[in-house]
Amino acid sequence: MYVAVKGGEKAIDNAHRLLAEDRRGDPAVPELSLRQISEQLSLAVDRVMTEGSIYDRDLAALAIKQARGDLVEAIFLLRAYRTTLPRLAVSRPVDTTAMHVHRRISATFKDLPGGQVLGPTFDYTHRLLDFDLAEPSAEVPEAPAGSPRGDPVPRVTEVLNREGLIAREVADDPNAPVGDLTREPLAFPADRATRLQNLARGDEGFLLALGYSTQRGFGSTHPFIGEIRMGEVAVEIEPEDLGFAVEIGDILLTECETVNQFKGSKTEPPQFTRGYGLAFGYAERKAISMALVDRALRGRELGEEVVAPAQDEEFVLYHSDNVESSGFVQHIKLPHYVDFQGELDLVRRLRAERDAEAAQ
Amino acid sequence: MNTEPRRVAESARRRWMGILARARTPDLEALWDALEPPPAYGRARGPETGLVMVRGRAGGVGQRFNLGEMTLTRCVVRLDGGPAGHAYVAGRDARHAELAAVFDALLRDGRMDPAVIDRLAAEQVERRDARAAKTAATRVDFFTMVRGED
Repeated sequence: MYVAVKGGEKAIDNAHRLLAEDRRGDPAVPELSLRQISEQLSLAVDRVMTEGSIYDRDLAALAIKQARGDLVEAIFLLRAYRTTLPRLAVSRPVDTTAMHVHRRISATFKDLPGGQVLGPTFDYTHRLLDFDLAEPSAEVPEAPAGSPRGDPVPRVTEVLNREGLIAREVADDPNAPVGDLTREPLAFPADRATRLQNLARGDEGFLLALGYSTQRGFGSTHPFIGEIRMGEVAVEIEPEDLGFAVEIGDILLTECETVNQFKGSKTEPPQFTRGYGLAFGYAERKAISMALVDRALRGRELGEEVVAPAQDEEFVLYHSDNVESSGFVQHIKLPHYVDFQGELDLVRRLRAERDAEAAQ
Repeated sequence: MNTEPRRVAESARRRWMGILARARTPDLEALWDALEPPPAYGRARGPETGLVMVRGRAGGVGQRFNLGEMTLTRCVVRLDGGPAGHAYVAGRDARHAELAAVFDALLRDGRMDPAVIDRLAAEQVERRDARAAKTAATRVDFFTMVRGED
């Protein structure tokens, strides 16, 4: 139990001033601008937007600067800021099939309609430190241009769908409410919408480890990457005072669909099943991990035996949020003097009793 | 009652509102500066910043779910002796939203040349096409090789 403590105001104030000084670092080094963070540390910005659960590059860059690059702290700052803003609208579901793709790959079909484009990927780099980047360069890198084919980019899962070899997505009931974790606490069993929202906000490292655990046999789901696409989609809202839908802008998203082997059950024929991941920005590791865990969590509805951590929705959903977990793990460093005093008394008493028994 | 003209007007308005929402604020400022005399208007609401809950669909096509929020700034203005203008613009740029709302009102009132919107749209398409061209240069054709085990 945490009991309020008094005092220490001066020390706390000075600690925060020291934090500000250390955050700035050597004053001889130019101060970082938010534009620099947003442009040159863009994947850090993407992670903070995804897990901070607000798409706003400038806010995420500010949070990263304030948190001295501690991304989990930055995510916390963004979540806290969120509570100061009213919700003005709910968007129509984004249409990722109509995405303007910056990257689109499949690990299941090499020749797929719409083709494969690698985009700005770390894949196939040699992971050798590039010392040319150690000093600022006057040369601005420029990528070559090609000729876009402009053909449609259908979903890979649709290709399998034509043969009926993959389970169909459950159709949406447009009148059904959509669970919202920012409004209602988690309840179990959780529906898919609630699970996906939880995973979308969830800690990348936690989901990565859980996804990895399924690959290593803790609830294996035999995944293939059906498709990863990253690019821009329009966001559309229907304001009440207009009576029609308008686009408010575009956002960058990363989407991953896994295709998973499924041997079938009493009610379902052998077929492929699906896992789904979606994240703000360019967040491929997150999207893949999310899709793996989404599929693992569908075990119950597919009649699979739930034996592994990644399949246990209470375990996964209760521990995925790094604002909650970081807060609870770290709160134990705050003063627990009264608690500990009680523990100290207890251990002393037990020790005295034992000594008294030994003396008899 | 013939609703056709209204539907046409609505789809034109939807289009320009989407283009104004995607425009860059300096470009809108330049358009504002070119208005002579500047139109008189009053703010009816905002500009105010809040959040939109962005929804996705499971598997991209199935059940809706809440992905996360994004910032949005909205503004409603009324031209003196003219119609109202609305703006819903991603982000927190109040000036962007206000200018977009003013231009919406001017366009509704026929006091702004719709060609301005076409030019903004063309620039947006140009930026998108430039990116698409660089993406196209990374198109890959994987081919599988027989491993020679047999």
